[in-house]
Amino acid sequence: MSDEANKGLLSPLRRKLLMGMAAVPAITMLPRASFAQAPATSAVNTTGLAVTDTEVTVGILHSATGTMAISETGSIEAEKLAIEQINAMGGVLGRKIKFIQEDGASDWPTFAEKAKKLLVNDKVAAIMGCWTSASRKAVLPVMEQYNGMLYYPTFYEGLEQSKNVIYTGQEATQQILAGLNWIAKEKGAKTFFFIGSDYIWPRTSNKIARKHVENVLKGKVVGEEYYALGSTQFNSVINKIKLTKPDVIFTDVVGGSNVAFYKQLKAAGIDLAKQPLLTISVTEDEIDGIGGENIAGAYACMKYFQSLDNANNKTFVPAFKKMWGEKTVIGDVTQAAYLGPWLWKLTVEKAGSFDVDKIAAASPGVEFKGAPEGYVRIHENHHLWSKTRVGRAKLDGQFELIYETADLVEPDPFPKGYQ
Amino acid sequence: MIINSRFFNRSELMGFIALAAVLFVILPLTLDVFRLNLVAKYLTYAFVAIGLVLCWGYGGILSLGQGVFFGLGGYCMAMFLKLEASSVENTKIQSTPGIPDFMDWNQITSLPLFWQPFHSLTFTVLAIILVPGLFALIIGTAMFKRRVGGTYFAIITQAVAAILTILIVGQQGYTGGINGMTDLRTLKGWDIRPDHAKIILYFVEVVLLFACIGIAQFIRLTKLGRILVAMREQEDRVRFSGYSVANFKIFAFCMAAIFAAIGGAMFALNVGFMSPSFVGIVPSIEMVIYTAVGGRMSIFGAIWGAILVNFAKTSLSESFPQLWLFGLGALFIAVVLAFPNGLSGLWADYVQPRIDRLFASRKAKTSWSENSVADGAPAE
Repeated sequence: MSDEANKGLLSPLRRKLLMGMAAVPAITMLPRASFAQAPATSAVNTTGLAVTDTEVTVGILHSATGTMAISETGSIEAEKLAIEQINAMGGVLGRKIKFIQEDGASDWPTFAEKAKKLLVNDKVAAIMGCWTSASRKAVLPVMEQYNGMLYYPTFYEGLEQSKNVIYTGQEATQQILAGLNWIAKEKGAKTFFFIGSDYIWPRTSNKIARKHVENVLKGKVVGEEYYALGSTQFNSVINKIKLTKPDVIFTDVVGGSNVAFYKQLKAAGIDLAKQPLLTISVTEDEIDGIGGENIAGAYACMKYFQSLDNANNKTFVPAFKKMWGEKTVIGDVTQAAYLGPWLWKLTVEKAGSFDVDKIAAASPGVEFKGAPEGYVRIHENHHLWSKTRVGRAKLDGQFELIYETADLVEPDPFPKGYQ
Repeated sequence: MIINSRFFNRSELMGFIALAAVLFVILPLTLDVFRLNLVAKYLTYAFVAIGLVLCWGYGGILSLGQGVFFGLGGYCMAMFLKLEASSVENTKIQSTPGIPDFMDWNQITSLPLFWQPFHSLTFTVLAIILVPGLFALIIGTAMFKRRVGGTYFAIITQAVAAILTILIVGQQGYTGGINGMTDLRTLKGWDIRPDHAKIILYFVEVVLLFACIGIAQFIRLTKLGRILVAMREQEDRVRFSGYSVANFKIFAFCMAAIFAAIGGAMFALNVGFMSPSFVGIVPSIEMVIYTAVGGRMSIFGAIWGAILVNFAKTSLSESFPQLWLFGLGALFIAVVLAFPNGLSGLWADYVQPRIDRLFASRKAKTSWSENSVADGAPAE
């Protein structure tokens, strides 16, 4: 074992001397092809991470308790599935992935504390985690201070870019613009009514949407309303909708509020088959709570639907259901969380090292062809190139794919002209 | 009326020495910086607990809104730190450089007026004491002068906690909203994030904690402390004796608020973070629980309560990420059912008598016994 490992170490050194820097990318190929399955730990881990000859430890940091548990459970499940699949294929650089799960308890400072614990105490090689923007904002300074690597799954507001984070969900412009273009063209929409939960993501998303509607689509925003997180009274805004009669209702209401919102919308006699509604916050997970009959006909704009018809997704969905039960549904964020461990594995193999600095540098250009959403690639800004799709909600709680962008959409976390 | 001539009686002195030994010597020597920083976080709640002992344990005023004062202190500190972290240089990428990032996200283009004074550290330190102090004075005056007390007062403090949370979350352009204020970096150019800074901050906090213990103990031992106890037991008699009950209650409530605010400010420094999740009803009730678990009649008991409950929270959640909340809940129920006077009651009932006997057997008769009675203000 150690003999083989030494060869693995010597060989790249000799190569380096002979061929200079040009041969560096080949290092990762060589040991795997000709010598040991696993390169020596001292070579792939120079910063004291929790990597042994047979194992590498990563952290999973989501809310297993508290109000966000309902949303984050899917992410935990997806990450565990990905880790199991990677281990079944032989692990990363010949090492099995072991995970330490911590509970953020829907409490942002707890997230920061646990992230610090994972990095400082457990020396994890990467963390798959966070869900809300608030939890990410709390964890980010910790990741940067202790030089960790975070794979963050949620679609989010953008305006952020860090060496220590890979954003596997879409940032706001990626998600929103294609959907607005589509609905403007398809439905001839000119007037929009925005409804959101009152925090940073809906506010930023609506800011971007407003600029796009006014400057690019030459339309008009006839109303913009925000409701506190957890709010359940939407009657006044529904009355305003009835008065202003917008061509499109554009919503980014999150969490449990959705249940009340769509039920009251239906009770007020607004038929989503006739009144176009575009949401960027309702995935299959939320429909589970809202009930398909209350939201059928609404359009959702994101990058993944469980019903996607491609070969990757056809193996992913059954594997997920086999592990977590027939009744589970898979939403956009769950799929993005599934990408995290895979992208990390591919990046580690590209870098030939578990070192965070090397992974951060190697990330741009890493592509994952097995993604359930089809194909993704990491951009220089650590976000993903991905397609944007529009689906229509059906009675059974699934989305029917209506439209997808022809090409991958470039992530642009600091969009010019939208700030 | 017997007023103890000595500052601490023997059992309190032992409690004092034990706490000082643990906080100044044992923990810094045995824990790594990460765990020590966690202890620093737990200790911020100990400040609140001391305040609650004065106000609830002695004065009989149950406040379910201590998170408000913890939050006010914390936010004052965080505003100063955030301004320092938002120098023009650090915030180049924003549309308006030089203002905190969350303002920029919310399309605010200049620093609001009420933020301006927080450029000054002196003002900030004064604000940490005065803002919560004045706020408590207003609530206290409005309530106690009208003889609102007991359950009604508890409900109103809880409502205040809810209102302040909604205000902070709703005014996110000015307060950071639900995200809170994150990424606090330096204090007058001194980086608060590296390990050596964490250690210094820990000791500063422990010194402050002992200062607060001293103040609380002083209040308890003066006539004021006896009046507080008398008020708790028989409010009307105190009133009929010619004392202004309301003023004493306001005083105790304000002291508790100021202690909580100091804790909040230390929290912002130690954790580098402040968010509305420390202001609301749930954290406020948790703070009461720490005090109840430790023993609301005992300053040292309440401090231990804050440390141990938070320690249990951390270790349970690390070991059982899915189930830990049940474990914590069971712990509370068990403590309250089995030991109504908390850990300090347990200590006084079982441990202290043995120590006393040990001393008694060594030394012959001394006058200790009288003092230990003075400590035991009657429980309900």
